[in-house]
Amino acid sequence: MAILVDNNTRLIVQGLTGREGTFHAKACAEYGTRVVGGVTPGKGGSTHEGWPVFNTVQEAVDKTGANTTVIFVPPAFAADAILEAADAELELIVCITEGIPTLDMVRAHEFLDNRRSRLIGPNCPGVISPGKSKVGIMPGPIHRPGPVGIVSRSGTLTYEAVYQLTTRGLGQSTAVGIGGDPIIGTSFVDALDLFNRDPETEAVIMIGEIGGNAEETAAAFVKARMRKPVVGFIAGQTAPPGRRMGHAGAIISGGKGTAAEKIQAMEASGIRMAKSPAVIGQTVIEVLRIPARA
Amino acid sequence: MKIHEYQAKEILSKYGVTVPRGHVAETGEEAEQTARTLFEQGAKGVVVKAQIHAGGRGKGGGVKIAKSAEEAAKIARQMLGMTLVTHQTGPEGRTVRRLLIEETLPIDKELYLGILIDRSEAKPLFMASAAGGMEIEQVAAETPEKILKQYIDPGMGLEPFQARKIAFELGLKPAQLSSALEFLRSLYRVFAESDASLLEINPFVSLSDGRLFALDAKLNFDDNAMFRHPDLRALRDTSEEDALEVEASKYSLNYIKLEGNVGCMVNGAGLAMATMDIIKYAGGLPANFLDVGGGANAEQVTHAFEILLSDKNVKAVLINIFGGILRVDTLARGVVEAAHKTHIQLPIVLRLEGTNVEAGREILRQSGLNFIVAENMKDAAERVVAAARESELVARS
Repeated sequence: MAILVDNNTRLIVQGLTGREGTFHAKACAEYGTRVVGGVTPGKGGSTHEGWPVFNTVQEAVDKTGANTTVIFVPPAFAADAILEAADAELELIVCITEGIPTLDMVRAHEFLDNRRSRLIGPNCPGVISPGKSKVGIMPGPIHRPGPVGIVSRSGTLTYEAVYQLTTRGLGQSTAVGIGGDPIIGTSFVDALDLFNRDPETEAVIMIGEIGGNAEETAAAFVKARMRKPVVGFIAGQTAPPGRRMGHAGAIISGGKGTAAEKIQAMEASGIRMAKSPAVIGQTVIEVLRIPARA
Repeated sequence: MKIHEYQAKEILSKYGVTVPRGHVAETGEEAEQTARTLFEQGAKGVVVKAQIHAGGRGKGGGVKIAKSAEEAAKIARQMLGMTLVTHQTGPEGRTVRRLLIEETLPIDKELYLGILIDRSEAKPLFMASAAGGMEIEQVAAETPEKILKQYIDPGMGLEPFQARKIAFELGLKPAQLSSALEFLRSLYRVFAESDASLLEINPFVSLSDGRLFALDAKLNFDDNAMFRHPDLRALRDTSEEDALEVEASKYSLNYIKLEGNVGCMVNGAGLAMATMDIIKYAGGLPANFLDVGGGANAEQVTHAFEILLSDKNVKAVLINIFGGILRVDTLARGVVEAAHKTHIQLPIVLRLEGTNVEAGREILRQSGLNFIVAENMKDAAERVVAAARESELVARS
């Protein structure tokens, strides 16, 4: 088991023929993901790196039996790519694109509310279930299969956590980058809920950052429902208010969304907080020992 | 992206939102001219408002009333070029380069209107409050029941029934209803059509004769959407921004200048924030936030170096890179190249991890440059803070 992506994942790439799309489609395939085709409007009927290219997502789904898509489409057209994927009823839509206008995402979010698709991202590294399937831009070789689930708003900080686990001999069930934008498809709570129900996952790392209140909502969920230990880290404890710290969603506005508030809420709900990013892996090792002996 | 009040009011006016009569002025003469025209049109007084990208201008002495054109000119000459310090500018303040000269109005009620995107609901949120003129954050903290919230269906906009609800909640009179509806719905159109991230009218005023005006206006835009608004992009005033930040934005580097003396260069926003945090734990203060991006190359790294080094407060540099797609050896070559090009004298601590890390460390060792290669993030932070302290002492002695 794992969550979101596994050996049953059949992936298409929206924006396959672009530079990023091509590079990462190959990297995903090399990792073992079943990449079954791509979509580039106007290039349907051709093949690219051996994969069939289609004009529309619907056609790609009909011809390849794809159940998952990864989007590498420029920001101006990415929200539309999400709508098209949702309309074709793909189970999972992973949107890597950074820089989508917020109002475009407001509309896409509304559209998705009445569809069966789950969106991960945008502005995220994607999802990987080590040893099974990689749908995203994360470096495959740093991962190894194992019992720790990871959910994070940050890309490189996720790699950092994965690396700390792997180098300590601890593997991951699934690592999910939910994205650094203010409006995203899958929240911390959604991912935590999936990990909670995944028999392979024994502990979860939750990496948040300043801005919004998704961490506080997740903390309440952990307290009420989570049956597995959660290790947390919040980036941006020294971030100045009112500034966007790289991610569109990482901003303290009107005095709200500070790291201190989030850390307090998470600690209060029983999440074991790593004080420094250097000790995330070590903290997981500590919490996994405690329940095993209890 | 932020714009000035006078620019926001020009946009509002195009959409039919009523704003006081007035004009921007860059000299005392222009201020006098505008004031004279306003008095001729029947204004009882004029207000001279400093145009900077920060709130709290009134308390800082950036908003003053004049009873004659001559007085307006005198105030304008005092204000132009002055450094205005408000609770939002920081202690260094902002230089006043432009003024808005406006008619004063007989105000009966000061109200509040604001539109933003509510992240947890993923919808635009229209907020209104009868507690106008105050900081809305303060109202929200102390008396949240005084703020009316209307979520907006992004496919529909502000519907008349919602606008009526807001108008009645604000205590407007039945005779004002149709102009209030026009005002509120136009306001939402400005927000949606300009890809705004925040539109605030504080205060929104009701005059003794019942007319409604946007007395102040704050309009911020979503940076991600500016590609489709060349007209709005032209309103950017880079003199309101930090010069280094403007320079960095030319190379698509996410750079934010801070107060400390440890320069840092990191790939990824989350890791960059975490790096700042760990510098603080080690007893130092970060000089900046700098995310070179997931796919940084030698050229990006060189630009990033140049920007870091232009900040004279920087006494040591920490490079924290997790090489994934960007391989560590490629990055190490970029760092060596950039260090040669920029003739860097400051101590550089590197913490590199990830794909091809051994090859990367070898390149650094053989570069002949005096890099400090750290074992892990904690070690890196401690070393760079110590190095910054040392070069600070050397510089002073």
